[in-house]
Amino acid sequence: MALSADESGRLGELLTSRAEQVTQRWTEIMVGQLRGRLSQAELVRQVQELHRALLDALGKGTVDLQAEESTELRAVLAEFSRGQARQGLSATETATGVFALKEALLAALEADQSVETLRDYVAFSALVDQMGLFTFETFVRARESLIADQAEQLLELSTPVVKLWEGVVAVPLVGTLDSARAQVVMERLLQTLVDTGSPYAIIDITGVPAVDTQVAQHILKTVVAARLMGADCIISGIRPQIAQTIVALGIEFGDIATKASLADALRHVLRLTGVETSRRQPRREA
Amino acid sequence: MERVPILKIGEILLVSIQVDMSDQTAVALQEDLAERIVATGCHGVIIDITALDIVDSFVGRMLSTIASISRVLDAETVVVGMRPAVAITLVELGLSLNGIRTALNVERGMELIAIDRADYDHDETGDDPIPEPTASP
Repeated sequence: MALSADESGRLGELLTSRAEQVTQRWTEIMVGQLRGRLSQAELVRQVQELHRALLDALGKGTVDLQAEESTELRAVLAEFSRGQARQGLSATETATGVFALKEALLAALEADQSVETLRDYVAFSALVDQMGLFTFETFVRARESLIADQAEQLLELSTPVVKLWEGVVAVPLVGTLDSARAQVVMERLLQTLVDTGSPYAIIDITGVPAVDTQVAQHILKTVVAARLMGADCIISGIRPQIAQTIVALGIEFGDIATKASLADALRHVLRLTGVETSRRQPRREA
Repeated sequence: MERVPILKIGEILLVSIQVDMSDQTAVALQEDLAERIVATGCHGVIIDITALDIVDSFVGRMLSTIASISRVLDAETVVVGMRPAVAITLVELGLSLNGIRTALNVERGMELIAIDRADYDHDETGDDPIPEPTASP
């Protein structure tokens, strides 16, 4: 689906001679559609950029969007749709922004009613369709990479390992625990155990909204791996509903210590290390 | 054939595995270790696997065997220095190295053995290992 040299010549001529009219109509349609979510000046700049890139491509003769010669046109279209994606516009709005060129062209061609013009118009609109679809694809790709980036950031943000006491580290888990996150948590916890030489780790699941068999499996694996390395794990922050779910599902934590709160877990560890006995306040006589 | 050196530190034998274990190396290590335990009368064996990138079922079984042999000769075995990646792989493989005690590093391993011996000695003499904190009235 490409424009022949003749067709692109005629389209180029039309776009040059009626430049003012076409860009104005084009901008009008986009403004109407976006209802003030982007400034008029911004839209005018985008339209003019697209217009110029299209003219450049047409000037080279045959226009095929997939071809080597159209690299610049593709780059401008990609930049346009990435911009739209970042502004939070929908895919339809982005593609329709390009399709608006058809209507603008029709308005410019209206004076001439010959069959020749109609044939040209069909060829032009095929090109515009291609451009629109390309924009759509780039838009989706931009969105996907945006989502992937955010997911990665979330992963980084949500798995800190903190030192609670000399020889005691804690992992406060917040959010749903899927396989990928469980893996990151496990790796980071084990690495911290090695780096700090801590023999105790507390896994706090206060922030985990639901515990099913899979999440339990992940936690158990982490505990067993820590044990293999010579560190002991305590699970804390088990909310009443979670405790009921665990029992209902028949999940067995075996000989792993579980505590209701992080404070209880820390007290348990300190007692094991013999810290608390020396810190206990003498009970006063009543 | 490569042999794994066995070092005596105080009352503990330290085995640091730094080569890839083959059947022959493993058998030789078991023999050497048994002889050294008997010859020195040590009551603790620390196996350091910090340098091992891969612990498969073969190495896992070898560690179990060494632990069993040592236990028969009245010595406690502690495996130390397991890397996080190794631990994760073992868990994924479903190998939990039953009957083997572990510690994060050599230092902790030595502490562990020292505590065990202290408990044991107390038990033998009939003493309480840890004095109970006297309850306040």
